[in-house]
Amino acid sequence: MAFVNLKKKEVQAKIVYYGPGRGGKTSNLEFIYNRIRHKMQNEMVTIKTHGDRTLFFDFLPLNIGTIKGYSIRTQLYTVPGQVKYNATRRLVLRGVDGIVFVADSMAVRREKNISSLKNLEENLIAYQKDLYKIPIVMQYNKRDLGKKGVPLLSFAEMEKDLNSKLKAPSFGASAMTGHDVVATLKKAIQITMISLKRTLM
Amino acid sequence: MSYILEQKQLDEIEQILDENLIDLGVHSVMLIDMAGNIVVDRNSGNSGPDIYSLAALAAGNYGAMNAMANIVGEDEFSLLFHKGEKANIHFSKVLSDYLLVTIFGKEVSLGFLRLKVAEVITKIGDLLPAQ
Ligand SMILES: Nc1nc2c(ncn2[C@@H]2O[C@H](COP(=O)(O)OP(=O)(O)OP(=O)(O)O)[C@@H](O)[C@H]2O)c(=O)[nH]1
Ligand SMILES: [Mg+2]
Repeated sequence: MAFVNLKKKEVQAKIVYYGPGRGGKTSNLEFIYNRIRHKMQNEMVTIKTHGDRTLFFDFLPLNIGTIKGYSIRTQLYTVPGQVKYNATRRLVLRGVDGIVFVADSMAVRREKNISSLKNLEENLIAYQKDLYKIPIVMQYNKRDLGKKGVPLLSFAEMEKDLNSKLKAPSFGASAMTGHDVVATLKKAIQITMISLKRTLM
Repeated sequence: MSYILEQKQLDEIEQILDENLIDLGVHSVMLIDMAGNIVVDRNSGNSGPDIYSLAALAAGNYGAMNAMANIVGEDEFSLLFHKGEKANIHFSKVLSDYLLVTIFGKEVSLGFLRLKVAEVITKIGDLLPAQ
């Protein structure tokens, strides 16, 4: 739930990167952080296992400028994707305003994507939120692997698996090369702000 | 969905935190919501900590503690406190949706702090919107 501070004329909103383990959520945030770190006083927070998997969450606060005189602060989080961490994953979703669903384009991860989306829907219900109403952007990550001969799901297949009912904005992307990582985020911020707009006016 | 606080409410909350905690020697205090957003932060003037990261971690930590309490059959733990060499940190729930995070040093005793925090919570509870 976003917080509007009329004294500072500031809006704080929470965007969560969700998706299956090893799909590239942390890599998305790392790419963004590396782009902007020269402008940041703070470091990105990550709570990882020694094997580099997210244990609790990553956190990156992002000051994105002003809209209608309000300075907008989006707090970016990732969840741990591994199935066994559902308790912490659910905690990170508390108060979420917008979601980036990072799906893995590798053909072998097809079922993992589908079950992670199902899991998102269930965890949102725990907060009385509806997957079909919350601002969400789909990102089909790791498109770069196609050139390396790794079997990938086609964009159309992923749309059919994950987005046929949702009809959310979607991007093929690569958190490795950075392709459309920023575009994904911008879209997520945009639709999150549109859904908050009524409060701002 | 969002919630709004107006200048007047925020001014009042700031004043309550200043008079009851900062003036007593607490290093810094912030009121956050359970999503990790910062509602108000006050400090004694020394360069404060990275408050945005602290808020995110505090909200996560509080959520984890609560989940653990439930697993062992408690509604919640009544004392959430971490002791350090120079700084201690204390968490306290305000209504059901907010958290008061207080950082203080040796000058302030935990007992006294808890008393003051309890007073503050009663006072600011009326000023905050239920979510
Ligand atoms: N080739 C390629 N590799 C990627 C891409 N995105 C992430 N990876 C790799 O995939 C692995 C997992 O990436 P992470 O960003 O840690 O994945 P995650 O979604 O945060 O995983 P969890 O924290 O376990 O949920 C790492 O080795 C990354 O380097 C991509 O777009 N292309
Ligand atoms: Mg991760």
